[in-house]
Amino acid sequence: MPKKPDEILSILARDARATVQQIAKMTGRSAEEVRTAIAQYEQMGVIKRYKTIIDWEKTGAENVVAFIDVKVKPARDVGFEAVARRIYRFPEVKSVWLVSGDRDLRVVVEGPNIRKLGEFVAEKLATIDGVTETNTHFLLKRYKEDDDVFVDAEEDTRLVVTP
Amino acid sequence: MNKDRQPELPSLARTVTGLPPSGIRRFFDIAAKMQDVISLGVGEPDFATPWSIREEAIYSLEHGQTTYTSNYGLLELRSAIAAHISQLYDVQYDPESEILVTVGVSEGLDLAMRSILNPGDEVVVPEPCYVSYKPCIILAGGVPVTVRTTADTNFCVTPEQIEAVRTPKLKAILIGYPSNPTGATITRESMQKIVDYAQRHNLFIISDEIYDRLVYEGEHVCVSALHGAQERTILLNGFSKAYAMTGWRIGYACAPPSVLAAMVKIHAYTMLCAPIMGQKAALEALRHGDASLSEMVQQYNQRRRVIVDGLNSIGLECHMPQGAFYAFPKIVSTGLDAETFAERLLFEQRVAVVPGTAFGAGGEAHIRCSYATSIRNIEMAIERIGAFVQSLDRSDRRLRSITGSQ
Repeated sequence: MPKKPDEILSILARDARATVQQIAKMTGRSAEEVRTAIAQYEQMGVIKRYKTIIDWEKTGAENVVAFIDVKVKPARDVGFEAVARRIYRFPEVKSVWLVSGDRDLRVVVEGPNIRKLGEFVAEKLATIDGVTETNTHFLLKRYKEDDDVFVDAEEDTRLVVTP
Repeated sequence: MNKDRQPELPSLARTVTGLPPSGIRRFFDIAAKMQDVISLGVGEPDFATPWSIREEAIYSLEHGQTTYTSNYGLLELRSAIAAHISQLYDVQYDPESEILVTVGVSEGLDLAMRSILNPGDEVVVPEPCYVSYKPCIILAGGVPVTVRTTADTNFCVTPEQIEAVRTPKLKAILIGYPSNPTGATITRESMQKIVDYAQRHNLFIISDEIYDRLVYEGEHVCVSALHGAQERTILLNGFSKAYAMTGWRIGYACAPPSVLAAMVKIHAYTMLCAPIMGQKAALEALRHGDASLSEMVQQYNQRRRVIVDGLNSIGLECHMPQGAFYAFPKIVSTGLDAETFAERLLFEQRVAVVPGTAFGAGGEAHIRCSYATSIRNIEMAIERIGAFVQSLDRSDRRLRSITGSQ
């Protein structure tokens, strides 16, 4: 069986702002122990960075997101790596995954509007050597992303005091 | 209805009119009307039932499964319960004759009492205990004999304590570990001593183990697994706490065939069967609920540490509860009794807790704080309770300076 991940990590994954003191209390470890563990995780790159989940739509931002399935002709020696690298270096590209199935790379890109994103796909992405086909899906509505539900959340409807 | 025109009715049953109202009810009535209350008064999980369980119930409804089931409950579910208990505790129950699906542990408890008690029979109940233990005994015509337990002994009852109150009418011992309200668990050795005692004096043991999966230190001791216990034990459990399924009202009772047959007789006449949607959902909980359970247990455990640490840090001495989701701090240091403390805390700082008195003897100098709520809520509640305790200190000092006493 795979090793159960450290509780410290699952706490931080849920709340990056949990303090060393809070985590120490939650896990029953000493603050010093927790501080050392976190420092090690950071050093090892297990913890890559701390970020905030923002519902940009609520801020009035109108960024456009597209999911692009890319078919790639793998090159000798480098496989998909070279193409993936050329793609992920663009700042517009948020995620790149190598996936199984009839497309090879799944790419997430973000831009200020559909026109700009379309231009990016047509001019930059589709023209990369080795890219033979792209299939673009624009995001229409965000329901749930990385554990967070972006639509109506369930409310706590329990009675205030129960036996 | 117009009160003035209400005709004079025949009198109500004395057993009911004689029952004291639940001590929790009053707090609910006050707290429910207030705004911005942080509640540590809730005796149920703050998680919704895991989606796969809810989805299974929806599916069963869509497929028209809306009928009665066997009085005993779906055999499929009983078999799954038998396998579950066997796997967890290595105790074997025959799903055909020793397991009954009930409407929550509450019904199981009522059935157990009505099945074994004749008028005047006595049942030992260690206190503090869950609010319905004593009323269930009384409603079944029995007499509860309470034994007071305290934090010094981790709220565990001993055979000596039972011996001190034993009369020839003693029929059974009713226990519930992990405990609501104290969060205490009992060790195998201590429990074995009680089983041995029950054996020596030919007593039933009714064991409410609804919190068995919410144990954070050590292992849960299933009473039926102990030497000589199964043949005289009515084991009660259910899905409410482990799988966050309080509203589904599905529990189960495991007992020797003759006892179970008696329980089924009452159940068949009064309840007929537990609702089928709940039974279907419970089956899914046993099949696929354990991943959600372990996630919930980890979170409860984190909250447990935070709340106990917090309570101690503001001067309310709190033992570390090993199970359930309650902390049961002492409030003696404040000089207030539990009722006053809980009421003033609610009005002055808008935190709802339950006074320990609601749970009987041994609870006087305690409050029950449920940590089935978010860490954020727990931290805010601790801050508010801390402010309340400090305000007491200040007024105490002011009082002393006025009266000149020490």
